Amino acid sequence: MVRRKLVLSFPENIVTSPITYKLVKEFNLEFNILRAEITPDMEGKMLIELRGDKALIDDAIKYLTDTGVSVQEAAKDIIISKNKCIDCGICTSICITQALTLDSSSFKLKFNKDKCILCELCLDCCPVSAIKVHI
Amino acid sequence: MTRTIEEINEKIKNGKVVVLNAEEIIDYAEKKGIKRTAKEVDVVTTATFSPMCSSGAFLNFGHSDPPIKMTRVLLNDVPAYAGIAAVDAYIGATELSETEGLNYGGAHVIEDLISGKPIKLRATSAGTDCYPRREIETYITKDTINQAYLFNPRNAYQNYTAATNSSNRTIHTYMGKLLPNFGNVTYCSAGQLSPLLNDPYYRTIGIGTRIFLAGSQGYVSWHGTQHNPGKERLPNGTPAGLAGTLAVIGNLKEMSPEYLRACTFRGYGVTIFIGIGVPIPVIDEEMVEFLKIRDEDIYTEIFDYSVQRRNRPSYGKVNYRELRSGKIKIKGKSIQTGSISSYFKALEISNVLKQEIKKGKFYLTNYVAPLPAEEKYNTLDILSREEL
Repeated sequence: MVRRKLVLSFPENIVTSPITYKLVKEFNLEFNILRAEITPDMEGKMLIELRGDKALIDDAIKYLTDTGVSVQEAAKDIIISKNKCIDCGICTSICITQALTLDSSSFKLKFNKDKCILCELCLDCCPVSAIKVHI
Repeated sequence: MTRTIEEINEKIKNGKVVVLNAEEIIDYAEKKGIKRTAKEVDVVTTATFSPMCSSGAFLNFGHSDPPIKMTRVLLNDVPAYAGIAAVDAYIGATELSETEGLNYGGAHVIEDLISGKPIKLRATSAGTDCYPRREIETYITKDTINQAYLFNPRNAYQNYTAATNSSNRTIHTYMGKLLPNFGNVTYCSAGQLSPLLNDPYYRTIGIGTRIFLAGSQGYVSWHGTQHNPGKERLPNGTPAGLAGTLAVIGNLKEMSPEYLRACTFRGYGVTIFIGIGVPIPVIDEEMVEFLKIRDEDIYTEIFDYSVQRRNRPSYGKVNYRELRSGKIKIKGKSIQTGSISSYFKALEISNVLKQEIKKGKFYLTNYVAPLPAEEKYNTLDILSREEL
């Protein structure tokens, strides 16, 4: 049993396909949709956490890719520039899941990517533009 | 027990000075008691690293040939004030670029200058007999120009308010992004490390005090704008809100971008993080009483920034230990908190200053004149000439 957090990008032509349904039905995966955005005439994006057998997750990713869904590892998508970050901590006040916290002894910013749901609230709150997210 | 600055400087010279930072003094005084601490510790270093809008730099560009009396000056497209002598200008931190808006401003010009980057200078003039040139476009760095010094009218606020938002929409303020329905609280003080909170009645910090200013050795030049020493005090001397401020000055050419950083608060504007360190001499036992102040002894008040008035509703007082824990309660609701002032950087500066003093690179000063202990805090009212 493993967990993987993925960002799925759906091109316009398959936005209406029941893709997550197939993940359950054919690959026996548990999933948790952390975030989803589907706008008319644009591609859809979904942040999803998959839980299940490692081989089946790999098969599911292959299925998704074959269908035309682009798949990225979510955790890789948040980048905090260590050169730019000044460890002020303003971002910790708006991080709903507490993925961003200040270490209680060193007062340095800590990022726990497992907790991040890519809500992007932190992006424009950083005064030195140290946080970037690429979906 | 009393100790003079001269005695401390003698110890610095002999390499025998005992220096602690404002965090270390807390446990030290707790363990050893006030008397022994006063006897054993000579200096306590305090610091802060926060956005301080009221900052800027005076620059002298040198004269071109033929010369120009600059009346409109742009530095990387950011206007600088040139209503002084021919090639003097003041670049304010919050001034915005005419081409890049909120992405670049005076603060960025200052940071780029300090970093040694080339800056495009454009200036125009009506032209005079003695200054015939009417326009100039060239590049400068901190090494090609004459004097360049930061002269910040208001820095190192003694304490600052905390901010929240009761409305149903996200607001963008100088206290950062405030989420709707009390979604978060932001605050901005180094608390127990902060210079003026460790010398609340300005017994040692005054005009002429040598300080660490963004990596250079600068000075307190005056009391800062909006200096409000009369703010109500707790029994430990600290004000639970806006009180004293400092105007500071220092050589930009000796500063480091490590301790000065341009920044943008989205929807608000450009401002600048300034690192300031102030050494506080342990002149007597009373000074230890002030210096041993802890975050839990220092309070601030939470204001509702969604109310667009000078006097905003208050949601009560809270101490810095609670704020720094990451969560506080307002009306029974648990709310996440975040600091705008970097405690990590403040701690770093307090340690850098400590090392400089220990190594004999930084000597303490007696102030030349004290900061005002009384000062009226005026508001701006809309009046006719007759009503004045």
